[in-house]
Amino acid sequence: MAEHPSYDELTAGFSWSNAEKELEYSPGEIINIGWHCSDRICQKGNAGKIALYYEGFGGTEKSFTFNDLRLAGNTIGTFLRNQGIIEGDRICLFMDRIPELYLSFLGILKIGAVVQPLFSAFGDESLFVRLENAGTKAVITQKKHLSKVRKIRAALPNLELVIIVDTVKPSELEPGEILFSLENAVPVEKFEVCPTRAETPSVLHYTSGTTGQPKGVKHVHYSIISQYLTTKWVLDLHDDDIYWCTADPGWVTGTSYGIIGPWSLGVTQCVLDTGFSAQAWYRFIEKYRVTVWYSAPTAIRSLMKAGDDLVNEFDLSSLRHLASVGEPLNSEAVIWSGRVFGKQFHDTFWQTETGSIMITNFPGMKIKPGSMGRTFPGITGAVLDPVTYTPIDEPGKAGLIAFRPGWPAMMRTYWRNEEKYREKFVNGWYLSGDRSSIDNEGYYWFIGRDDDVINTGGHLVSPFEVESALLEHPAVGESAVTSKPDDINMEVVKAFITLKPGFNASPDLELEIMNFIRKKLSPLAMPQAVEFMDTLPKTRSGKIMRRVLHAKEWGEEIGDISTLEND
Amino acid sequence: MEENNLNEMKEMILKYVVKEYVDDDDVTIKYDTPLISSGYVDSFSMVSLLVFLENKFKIKIPPSKATPEAFDSVNNIVALVNQYLNK
Repeated sequence: MAEHPSYDELTAGFSWSNAEKELEYSPGEIINIGWHCSDRICQKGNAGKIALYYEGFGGTEKSFTFNDLRLAGNTIGTFLRNQGIIEGDRICLFMDRIPELYLSFLGILKIGAVVQPLFSAFGDESLFVRLENAGTKAVITQKKHLSKVRKIRAALPNLELVIIVDTVKPSELEPGEILFSLENAVPVEKFEVCPTRAETPSVLHYTSGTTGQPKGVKHVHYSIISQYLTTKWVLDLHDDDIYWCTADPGWVTGTSYGIIGPWSLGVTQCVLDTGFSAQAWYRFIEKYRVTVWYSAPTAIRSLMKAGDDLVNEFDLSSLRHLASVGEPLNSEAVIWSGRVFGKQFHDTFWQTETGSIMITNFPGMKIKPGSMGRTFPGITGAVLDPVTYTPIDEPGKAGLIAFRPGWPAMMRTYWRNEEKYREKFVNGWYLSGDRSSIDNEGYYWFIGRDDDVINTGGHLVSPFEVESALLEHPAVGESAVTSKPDDINMEVVKAFITLKPGFNASPDLELEIMNFIRKKLSPLAMPQAVEFMDTLPKTRSGKIMRRVLHAKEWGEEIGDISTLEND
Repeated sequence: MEENNLNEMKEMILKYVVKEYVDDDDVTIKYDTPLISSGYVDSFSMVSLLVFLENKFKIKIPPSKATPEAFDSVNNIVALVNQYLNK
């Protein structure tokens, strides 16, 4: 294996235009992610190469070549066009990690429509607010998730079509629902790809903030330039690799690096669509001879918990490069992976908004366990003083992580919320909402969020969203939501509530409230603990002081409570 | 534990799992159906299942024992609960 170029070598004379050239794109020309990830790879002579190995629960196996991707994209695109879907329409993918999810992603992009991937474990309310905000025209889903869509359908006037990709008896279909079976469809060979341009919208991912409803992060087809190059350099994918990204495409990692990155490079990837089990994961790596593995700290810590002995039961010698994303990777996990796999996980930092990796540990770079690494070449980053919003030069001093906009995968706006988008910029810097310090060698050291958003298992949960949903439970008078420490997920949701008259605190009520949120929002948003209180800490003006509760959970100093209401 | 009580416990847990976690009418959950590794119950939701067991059977299961493997089927869950009953 050739030695990797050094960080300085990759940074010197860096230009995104080099990635453009590699993808044979010139500014102003047509650029289409769906085409680049399938047709282009076929044109380069790799039509017969495996693009996707899929394994579902129970051992269902399927595989697809790049030519299969091309044809499936054409077939799904044609079907959607025949249903009246046009360029710019938002099409939601609400599915487990089945092949149709990955293939539909390409098909939607090939007709110039916008993909809106949503996590299939979302409850009906989480689904509703995202579909309503996006004005989604069609949802592609499975029978098992249909009941959630049906429950909210009447309140979504823009939602014209619900497409079900597996078996439902035609007699059971409701108006506006239609079946589509890729296996039974006639493959479409001749297809006119929509001539999308660099700034044509491509993917709409939703992310949670401290206040207000989730925001739709708009990306464009030009994002592929960043995703291609970061996949090539950071994930170090080569032609002969077998790549496994464990993220669900309901989240940005699952699309930027679970679809676009590897397939734009023509690399084979595999998908395991089952629940988590350490044994199943190791068996999967062994079976498919996975070489590059991109996962998340929560999963890595769960594997650590399963023990070293289990690792030794499998042949994991195929692993060549490991990387991690979603939340800070603790140094213990880095050291552990070096010991048991013979490879250390390389931490990466980026967000839904950034669309591609921003801070990273390159292969070939020195890893400092516990550090997120250095900025990707072409990215100007800094930590800013929280008062003046100017860069902090002093090594080790904490500040706000910020980037100068301009990289290809940067979000273009929040969907129908330009005001919130503009609020993310100060003095020409994009504010990430995270805090860190930078050491004297340019390595970033994560500290925490700069707001109340909860990062649980690498997924952001809005306390506001959970608090609002809690108030819809008949027993809940007031609610406050914060995080509490968790060994595996870094932090989890905790709810503090007061009860309405006539209701009494009990373990059964706690469970009822937990399940209420799980079904309404998602399992991620479900409080892992509910504390019943007589009153919630408030300012004299009546605002609930979340930070007092947060400090209590984390054993931190409460700080200034001069505005705390005295009962 | 007597067989009648054991069967009652199994049935109660099975009913709860089906009611709370399985949306698809076509799916049949049996006592040995994998729950976590199949994805019917995700790792976050496992906590609500743990709370249900602790409330229902008046037991306390240590976090170190609440593993995906221990929760991976109704049979496994019953075995776990049995360890902490009458303790």
